[in-house]
Amino acid sequence: MGVSPPLLEVIDLKKHFAVTKGLILQKIIGQVKAVDGISFTINEGETHGLVGESGCGKTTTAKTVLRLEEPTSGSVKLYGKDVHQLKGDELKEYRATVQAVFQDPWSSLSPRMRVRDLIAEALIVNRRVSKEEVAARVSELLDHVGLHPAQASLFPHEFSGGQRQRIAVASGLASYPKLILLDEPVSALDVSIRAQILNLLWDLQQEYGVAYLMVAHNLATVRYMAHKTSVMYLGKIVEQGDTEEIFNYPLHPYTRALFSAALSSHPDIVRDEIVLPGEVPSPIDPPSGCSFHPRCPVALSEPDLMKRCKGELPVLTEVAPGHRVACHLYSGGADPLPADKLKMHKDGGKAAAIAKKQLAAMTTRVED
Amino acid sequence: MVAVDKSENVLSVNNLHTYFYNRWGTVKAVDGVSFTVKAGETLGIVGESGCGKTMTASSLLRLHPQPASRIIEGEIMLDGDDIMQYPESQMRDVRGRKISMILQDPQTSLNPVYTIGNQLVEALTHRTDETAKERGLRKLAEEALRDVKVAAPNRRLLDFPHQMSGGMKQRVVGAVAMACSPKVIIADEPTTALDVTIQLQYLRLLKDIQARTGMSIIFITHDFGIVARMCDRVAVMYAGRIVENGPVREIFNNPAHPYTAALIGSVPRLEERVDRLFQIEGQPPQLYDLPVGCRFKARCTFAKPVCEEAYPTYYQVDENHNAACWRHDPLWESAPPY
Ligand SMILES: Nc1ncnc2c1ncn2[C@@H]1O[C@H](COP(=O)(O)OP(=O)(O)OP(=O)(O)O)[C@@H](O)[C@H]1O
Ligand SMILES: Nc1ncnc2c1ncn2[C@@H]1O[C@H](COP(=O)(O)OP(=O)(O)OP(=O)(O)O)[C@@H](O)[C@H]1O
Ligand code: SF4
Ligand code: SF4
Ligand SMILES: [Mg+2]
Ligand SMILES: [Mg+2]
Repeated sequence: MGVSPPLLEVIDLKKHFAVTKGLILQKIIGQVKAVDGISFTINEGETHGLVGESGCGKTTTAKTVLRLEEPTSGSVKLYGKDVHQLKGDELKEYRATVQAVFQDPWSSLSPRMRVRDLIAEALIVNRRVSKEEVAARVSELLDHVGLHPAQASLFPHEFSGGQRQRIAVASGLASYPKLILLDEPVSALDVSIRAQILNLLWDLQQEYGVAYLMVAHNLATVRYMAHKTSVMYLGKIVEQGDTEEIFNYPLHPYTRALFSAALSSHPDIVRDEIVLPGEVPSPIDPPSGCSFHPRCPVALSEPDLMKRCKGELPVLTEVAPGHRVACHLYSGGADPLPADKLKMHKDGGKAAAIAKKQLAAMTTRVED
Repeated sequence: MVAVDKSENVLSVNNLHTYFYNRWGTVKAVDGVSFTVKAGETLGIVGESGCGKTMTASSLLRLHPQPASRIIEGEIMLDGDDIMQYPESQMRDVRGRKISMILQDPQTSLNPVYTIGNQLVEALTHRTDETAKERGLRKLAEEALRDVKVAAPNRRLLDFPHQMSGGMKQRVVGAVAMACSPKVIIADEPTTALDVTIQLQYLRLLKDIQARTGMSIIFITHDFGIVARMCDRVAVMYAGRIVENGPVREIFNNPAHPYTAALIGSVPRLEERVDRLFQIEGQPPQLYDLPVGCRFKARCTFAKPVCEEAYPTYYQVDENHNAACWRHDPLWESAPPY
């Protein structure tokens, strides 16, 4: 136990972009704190889900892990080695070990290359292999993703959206990677095709033990796929832990609002909807203290708490085994949940006394 | 609150056909669609991409692409009149005033070079009633923005679309569409570009306005979460036709068409982790090359040879609930399997 380092460690990662003004003499007028001090670990064969609203920094995180962006500070370690320091053979090895599948199967597949070459590309660039091996691997991969090996000589436009996404998955798998970054892998696809791709990704993980970092807006998709989940808001992780724990007992006021806003899957499942005031603020000048404070229903109804939320940054603290939250409501660590403060629904009443009960109420089926 | 007679059909569409003619032949985008919408009711139209949802909606307003496509036949009764018979000049009075549409992408429905105020006033000029004369269009425009919960509406009237966030723009589009209090509003995936928390604000707003004005809503979407949250009734479309139509709870609890059941089973659930999603294999048929029998046949796990022979008729499976599938025929059990 504990001898070998985990597959991927992201440690206090920050990525800030300068906001400039002026065309020729550019003046830096601010910083977008796209990713602002996040940490998580992914073990072999595990899926880590990254959720949060548009602009919270999910893609920037994935790009930094992929080395498409340099971190402003902090580090990304693959098997204990800082990926941004890699050179030579180690860099080649990294490129074979970490792959990505993005949202839009159009933009990620070069339109003038045949499927065979698209898939082989990842293989040839990264590993020394013979022609025969390449051909065999391409057939094998097409078969794995449910396409016919004879389709290897076709071009991407000759496939449907779902099939193109399969090709992208096949090329992501070509070099026997240990980790695949999935940035909204199904959101551009039709509902009926989504299940095909999600099941495919699931099966491939069972078979090869590949790990995924999965970025998605859709919470239900993350619940289906991920072992662990991190919820992001304005560049920071506000809640993190085992997926089932987080979905059953969300604690952070933002997570709870986000989950309550996600629509239920049946007309008889009615839940208290938490409607947040306003929209997500700009990451250029994020609010002080807890950046959620201008919209936080709990802090807004508790002036004393609000003072602290405005002035002091909450840190991610373990509140239950495998469950961490960054919110002053829980900063006492092992303290019992401050029951009264969890009341955030207009008509939640006593049922809102503790988080567990409340979420159970949020998802029970009500007969009409 | 407006008292509406919820038993009255505000809109009834009968056997609508809208075809494209191109180099592949005849693309049967809308191929015999019939449905009704009652006053104050929300009808959801669901189905996968390309099945004809938008074409159905745009045909109702006669805004389908022309001359690329043509309405071949059909009857569209709106508020007692067959608007199919109206000449284009008369349709202009119908659009916006009796039926209007909120589009998928707010970018395309707001003109970037005019202020929000200009666009609202433009939409409001169709209003000829007494209130409009008394209060003045500017004032009405401000009220329209306030109705869709835009803060500081008098200042916002001077904004250009690009100065607003996505959620705000979508509300302005809603304000324009609802400016003349139409009887029916068609919302074509109005929230796909919005984040969940903003989407919820928007959906609640639509419900509030509906409760206040008694308008009917046709909600086009492929998100069953939206259907569950918003709709009273659901029409499921497949390859140019409605294959099932029923009350929302019936659709979720007792789907009568295999396609409906498959669609619902293929969606991950927020409330619990399912062991495995149901997977619909294959793809819908091309609309220029449709099979003779059931259009879902190639993907259906229940199919029998009889399904290839003719398109199934609509079977009444319950009150207000029907489905086009041979499985509901009394002779189905005795039909030979493959
Ligand atoms: N190259 C860049 N230069 C400046 N700002 C950037 C750059 N890339 C991203 N940003 C900003 O950083 C923030 C985070 O962006 P990111 O794309 O990571 O968000 P996201 O969570 O992936 O959002 P979405 O769900 O919309 O994809 C945004 O405010 C974005 O505008
Ligand atoms: N200009 C056109 N020329 C030829 N065919 C067209 C044209 N516009 C649409 N179609 C066809 O008409 C059919 C119906 O299109 P429609 O836009 O109604 O689909 P939809 O159900 O709204 O799909 P989505 O969910 O993707 O919006 C599609 O199969 C499409 O290929
Ligand atoms: S720290 Fe304060 S403002 Fe932030 S989520 Fe917790 S209660 Fe709300
Ligand atoms: S008619 Fe036959 S093929 Fe079509 S949905 Fe019913 S059982 Fe399936
Ligand atoms: Mg992104
Ligand atoms: Mg459409």
